[in-house]
Amino acid sequence: MEKDYKNKPDACPQLLDLIPKERDWMVRVSGGGGCGSGSKVSEERKLELRLGPPGGEEESSVLSLGYFSKASKTTNPCAGAKRGFLDTVESKTEDPHQQQSGFFQLHSRGGLGQELSQRTNRNVEQQPQQQSLERKACSSLPPVHAAPGRKAGANNTSQTRTTSPAVVGWPPIRSFRKNLASSSSKPTFQSQNGNSETRPKLENCRKGLFVKINMDGIPIGRKIDLKAYDGYEKLSSAVEELFQGLLSAQRDPSTAETQKDAEERKAFTGLLDGTGEYTLVYEDNEGDRMLVGDVPWDMFVSAVKRLRVLKSSDLSVLSLGAVCRKRTATEC
Amino acid sequence: MTYFPEEVVEHIFDFLATHRDRNTVSTVCKTWYRVERLSRRSVFVGNCYAVHPERVVARFPGLRSLTVKGKPHFADFNLIPHDWGGFSLPWIETAARGCPGLEELRLKRMVVSDESLELLARSFPNFKVLVLISCEGFSTDGLAAIATYCRVLRELDLQENEVEDRGPQWLSCFPDSCTSLVSLNFACLKGEVNAGSLERLVARCPNLRTLRLSRAVSIDTLSKILARAPHLVDLGTGSFTIDHRAEAYHKVMNNFIKCKSLRSLSGFWDAAPRCLPAVYPICGNLTGLNLSYAPAIQCADLIKLIHRCSKLQRLWILDCIGDKGLAVVANTCKELQELRVFPSDFYGGGIAAVTEEGLVAVSSGCPKLSSLLYFCNQMTNAALITVAKNCPHFTRFRLCILDPKKPDPVTNQPLDEGFGAIVQSCKDLRRLSLSGLLTDRVFLYIGMYAERLEMLSIAFAGDSDKGMVYVLNGCKNLRKLEIRDSPFGDAALLEDVGKYETMRSLWMSSCDVTLGGCKTLAAKMPGLNVEVINERDESDEMEESPSDLGRVEKMYVYRTVAGPRNDAPDFVWTL
Repeated sequence: MEKDYKNKPDACPQLLDLIPKERDWMVRVSGGGGCGSGSKVSEERKLELRLGPPGGEEESSVLSLGYFSKASKTTNPCAGAKRGFLDTVESKTEDPHQQQSGFFQLHSRGGLGQELSQRTNRNVEQQPQQQSLERKACSSLPPVHAAPGRKAGANNTSQTRTTSPAVVGWPPIRSFRKNLASSSSKPTFQSQNGNSETRPKLENCRKGLFVKINMDGIPIGRKIDLKAYDGYEKLSSAVEELFQGLLSAQRDPSTAETQKDAEERKAFTGLLDGTGEYTLVYEDNEGDRMLVGDVPWDMFVSAVKRLRVLKSSDLSVLSLGAVCRKRTATEC
Repeated sequence: MTYFPEEVVEHIFDFLATHRDRNTVSTVCKTWYRVERLSRRSVFVGNCYAVHPERVVARFPGLRSLTVKGKPHFADFNLIPHDWGGFSLPWIETAARGCPGLEELRLKRMVVSDESLELLARSFPNFKVLVLISCEGFSTDGLAAIATYCRVLRELDLQENEVEDRGPQWLSCFPDSCTSLVSLNFACLKGEVNAGSLERLVARCPNLRTLRLSRAVSIDTLSKILARAPHLVDLGTGSFTIDHRAEAYHKVMNNFIKCKSLRSLSGFWDAAPRCLPAVYPICGNLTGLNLSYAPAIQCADLIKLIHRCSKLQRLWILDCIGDKGLAVVANTCKELQELRVFPSDFYGGGIAAVTEEGLVAVSSGCPKLSSLLYFCNQMTNAALITVAKNCPHFTRFRLCILDPKKPDPVTNQPLDEGFGAIVQSCKDLRRLSLSGLLTDRVFLYIGMYAERLEMLSIAFAGDSDKGMVYVLNGCKNLRKLEIRDSPFGDAALLEDVGKYETMRSLWMSSCDVTLGGCKTLAAKMPGLNVEVINERDESDEMEESPSDLGRVEKMYVYRTVAGPRNDAPDFVWTL
């Protein structure tokens, strides 16, 4: 470390002293800051900026020595970004010396769901409904996160140095902007017109769209009105509500009440991103079975013919492949 | 100068435009100090904890305009806990006692309560201008007090505040005798609006030039307002959605046509593409356009609109404009000075909306570009070098690559060279935000070249303490340094402790600074407040006082003549 050029008392304001300091520092740099090799001139040339496209010049100065090894670490595409959130937890042993307060700070912030959802992103066009569904999918995982005393593995900062993270305060955007996309589809106030009717949306056809929905292990199917929802998040919670009662009746009736609740709730986490016990799929107008959530909501609504809640383990090899492909394809 | 009577000296000081110059002349001699302080009308306090309000008011009894800033910038991104501080009440109370002639108050990132607003409204009979930016803690009741008691109010400007909605009646509190409004911005309010009151208010204020409506205002109301106030210069539309009624659409378009003075448009909450042509008639006059609240409008419609805006100087837009749209901006908006491209998909992994290509296009088409905020999925060194060549006039350059630590995707290199080119070429650069994969080298360049730099934001960058040291040593004019998630530790922090007294503040979070390092800094520099913010989980209460070797999660250091503050919450330790 270049510590040796502190040659004046600490308390003095630094304005005037910066000038001699600058000179010392420039000299030191060109002296090779630890690299020790090469003449002053060649070092300066290395540091010179060239306003042109990057040539094939070797980055051989000391500052970049460490770079390539770091680069290989950081340039991995986000393989398994879908699982990335769980990786955060599992990798706690990798960075034992990280601060844990950063993690708890994340938990205490209201934006928990939002930040976490960055991990389970999808390779689709920007969709407000996607974002809110991600939020929902992730917010169902709090039991893992909230465990106190859990060390830094769950700390996002430890992840930020190597993978595409869900980080507090990143990207640096005001919260109201993050909410814009998901709230833009909400109807606005029309108080001054004294309208008591439902506020008109731009696409205003409000006829219902009922589709059958079946769940594995439950003989009786249901029907739901897709027009009642404006996105995947709402659909997912509606499905959860619909089948929760039925599911608990199927389970072992001797288990304790609270246990049942937790189990039910857990069963429906990750409905849409493949991380849960069950996965939501649909049959489209061409008769193909598709994972719910891939396409924009409107497109889905126009194409869906029926819905199904499958046990995730029952997804065929092909569908599983599609799920994995989708996950790894998420751009870092 | 001592031969001149004081009135002459005072008159000469009137020509000093900046706070900095006035601050400087006040240090020349006692006479000048006295003349300056008695004639000073406007004071800017960059950090509310740097000085006691009493001291400001005592020194400048003739104060008419006061600006105070509270929380550090990273508070915008939820990095500062909610009750950290930045209370406006002490300032308002003190001013009420000491400067009853106060006319203007501007607060940024402060906690403003309804109580303080009411005190403000009642204490200053000549109060004219209230600007609140990114503040919180008040409700529409506080606004009602302002409307009721500020008889000569000219400006009420609420920008991006968190305001609790307690009903629409505040707008009706402007008395019928209030005709002085020039600027009214309540775009950030979320609650209902009384359309009738709004229309009547607009009708009786002939000097109204800036009007920014909130989302609750329908296009019908907007239409009526435009009809009453065709002399508006700056308009924030309300929700701007039109349902099927064609006549509403034509009415609003006709009313827009009458607004010959309109130069700036914003709002467009919930706007759908088919509504946009209503503003086509006035596009040719626009110098400012903010479409960043309208995610439903996609590239094709944006392009159709922007084609018509040849005089645009300021453009805020979402990244759905795409590189293609930015090329259109480059071809059309030759006067462009400020561009902000906000992300519409926050969680990465979406289709890349804008890339380095869009930025390069704008830089080559818009040579006057001086202020940039650009969120993108990727950036290359080559692009940045080209941009630096094309636009040497940048004063503000903020680039945010959504994926932290992402390298140049073409060469796999860090972006050191690209940013280096920017700082080398843009000699007037005052503000810089970095992103992408960066090593210590970029900081070397910044220290070497960024002589005018005043504010630097660093995230996920650097390899070692050297990086931070380069910046502290090199940037003579640095005032604000904010760092997160970077490997800078005690050695860098303590390298040049005197430097922090030349700066307004330093923020470091999720870095490698330890409690011991902070304590050392605090001990060496009594003129600084070293605040350590440690939010603790319940389980940690069992711990003894944390060790000096423990890393500090968040640290905020600022120079002050007020000593440690007395309103700090439990989780903030001033060392």
